[in-house]
Amino acid sequence: MNLHEFQARELFRDAGMPVPQGRVATTPEEAAAIAADMGGAAVVKAQVHSGGRGKAGGVKLAGTPEEAETHARAILGMTIRGLTVHKVLLVPVENIASERYVGILVDRAVQAPLFMVSREGGVDIEEVAATNPAAITRLRVDPRFGLLPHQAYRLASALFDAPSLARQCATVLSQLYQVFMKNGASLCEVNPLIATEAGEVKAIDAKVTIDSNELFRRPALEALRDLGAEPAAETHARAAGLSFVKLDGNVGCCVNGAGLAMATMDLVKYYGGDPANFLDIGGSSSPDKVVAALEIITADPNVQVILFNIFGGITRCDDVARGIVEATKRADIRAPILIRLTGTNEAEARDILAAEGFSAFTSMDDVVRAAVERAAA
Amino acid sequence: MSIFVDESTRVVVQGITGRDGSFHTARMIEYGTRVVAGVTPGKGGRVIKGPGGARVPVFDTMNEAVAESGANASAIYVPPPFAASAIMEAAESGVEFIVCITEGVPVLDMTRAYAFVADHGVRLLGPNCPGVISPGKATVGIISGDIVTPGPVGVVSRSGTLTYEAVGQLTGAGIGQTTCVGIGGDPIIGTNFIDCLRAFAEDGETRAVVMIGEIGGTDEQEAAEYAGRSLDLPVVGFIAGQTAPPGRRMGHAGAIISGSSGTAEEKIRAFRENGIGVARRPVDIVHLTREALR
Repeated sequence: MNLHEFQARELFRDAGMPVPQGRVATTPEEAAAIAADMGGAAVVKAQVHSGGRGKAGGVKLAGTPEEAETHARAILGMTIRGLTVHKVLLVPVENIASERYVGILVDRAVQAPLFMVSREGGVDIEEVAATNPAAITRLRVDPRFGLLPHQAYRLASALFDAPSLARQCATVLSQLYQVFMKNGASLCEVNPLIATEAGEVKAIDAKVTIDSNELFRRPALEALRDLGAEPAAETHARAAGLSFVKLDGNVGCCVNGAGLAMATMDLVKYYGGDPANFLDIGGSSSPDKVVAALEIITADPNVQVILFNIFGGITRCDDVARGIVEATKRADIRAPILIRLTGTNEAEARDILAAEGFSAFTSMDDVVRAAVERAAA
Repeated sequence: MSIFVDESTRVVVQGITGRDGSFHTARMIEYGTRVVAGVTPGKGGRVIKGPGGARVPVFDTMNEAVAESGANASAIYVPPPFAASAIMEAAESGVEFIVCITEGVPVLDMTRAYAFVADHGVRLLGPNCPGVISPGKATVGIISGDIVTPGPVGVVSRSGTLTYEAVGQLTGAGIGQTTCVGIGGDPIIGTNFIDCLRAFAEDGETRAVVMIGEIGGTDEQEAAEYAGRSLDLPVVGFIAGQTAPPGRRMGHAGAIISGSSGTAEEKIRAFRENGIGVARRPVDIVHLTREALR
């Protein structure tokens, strides 16, 4: 789960990191008032779960409260990579002498937390990794010992030459590691970490991603979820225990298992169609889950055909069949439903479906081809 | 032959009194797997009755269970908050092989458990995996015996049901398997593709390997390089997630394209560059495997 910058910087502040104070506005007038409180000048930053905010015009420097109001009016409501901006953050203007990148993430290759730091701050780290990989210093942290003081100082020394800046930076890195571990993060990033003209190290941006598997024991973080930042269908799916991602095509997909769901989408594409979504109904799926899945799929006006691909294991085919029958009784589903099921309790499932006038395929290839044809018709 | 599990595997089930644990204990016994003990803290002394008159004693701790039963493998079905602890308890108990089925284990918990297991020299499979089955010998985890049949092909996959799909098609076409391994869909897992390829190479009877990957990470790319460099077996590859958008988690915690890294194209290219035949559709896995066996 991604946090907004204004939420992430609170976690940074709690850990003692040097984060300039900032305030959030939801209207241009509010933005003007905050800028006035800050002495007139401020940076106005779009709060949206996307990188590339600066390039999209979502970060603007204001010299006066009036300018802050104008910028806020332009940014609030703008769309950045498909996401609408509902909030702006105002922060003081800093005198920047140098910009650095520091980040920590769970790295799959080293099976542990990994620090990545670079003197090339303020730019996209992916770009640095692609064009100038030598500019990135990496350090694997043994999770049993944490970030050791000499390791923090070694990383800091790679970023700043002046001993005073390196010492401040080492402290920031240790604090960032605390934020990472304490909140069950999968990514914490400061880009840029700056040194000011006055010789102070400050974190002037904040990005934190929380591992979704940690949220059950961190209700305070779950409460930070911005429901306005995701499609309503994804909120609905999560509440129903389904894994769902909206796509742009017209073949609605309902599958058990993430790998099979992806392979089904790929096969739709292979036969010339376009999947409308990724949807995994999970392992032990009850009829209720299937009903919720059908509600979510049919709420998408693009969907021309609904494709079920079920390989029963823990998932019982008869449960899925019952769910389909129940959902079609509850609501008038106009898109045709094509079903493939095989495995646990397949015979019962076929009987249940036949009684309601449905038939079912046995092969994945056949059902996907048929669904693509129906969607094109 | 087979890898990881066979007739000599003696399984202790962690979380045996839970819903999933008790259900799959019965399924494993039904298939002929030797389930010799169970563990649920606070429920020691009970006996779980299984199919065919099986009686499985329950213990409070792994140390007791292993000492009393001589178990050499464990299968974990405990809920996510306790899974990492269960893995570490198993690693200390003397078993050689741990299979963690649990989905949703916090990733930072796993970084610690992974280091702990490595220190104890124990093999961990998973978490968030379907387990492993050696047809005709044993199944440890949740893979159904109905879809497999003994034969010369090794199967290794990050996915559950997609593995069933592929294995089901192989079996349907009369192509049997030595062992089918699901390594799991999480970012931090104990056994990776290379570990499985190496084990299949050392297994005298495996004559071809089917490797089923998905978007996210670089495990497939590294395995492809390993296969190209030093594997004597033909490999057939499949990658799920060619239509997945970047930055979105596709069900599995590990199935996510980060920036431009971990795409299906990148993995398919690595397969091709290393002489691995790539199946574009699941059904093509059968055709390519048949050719590989010739």
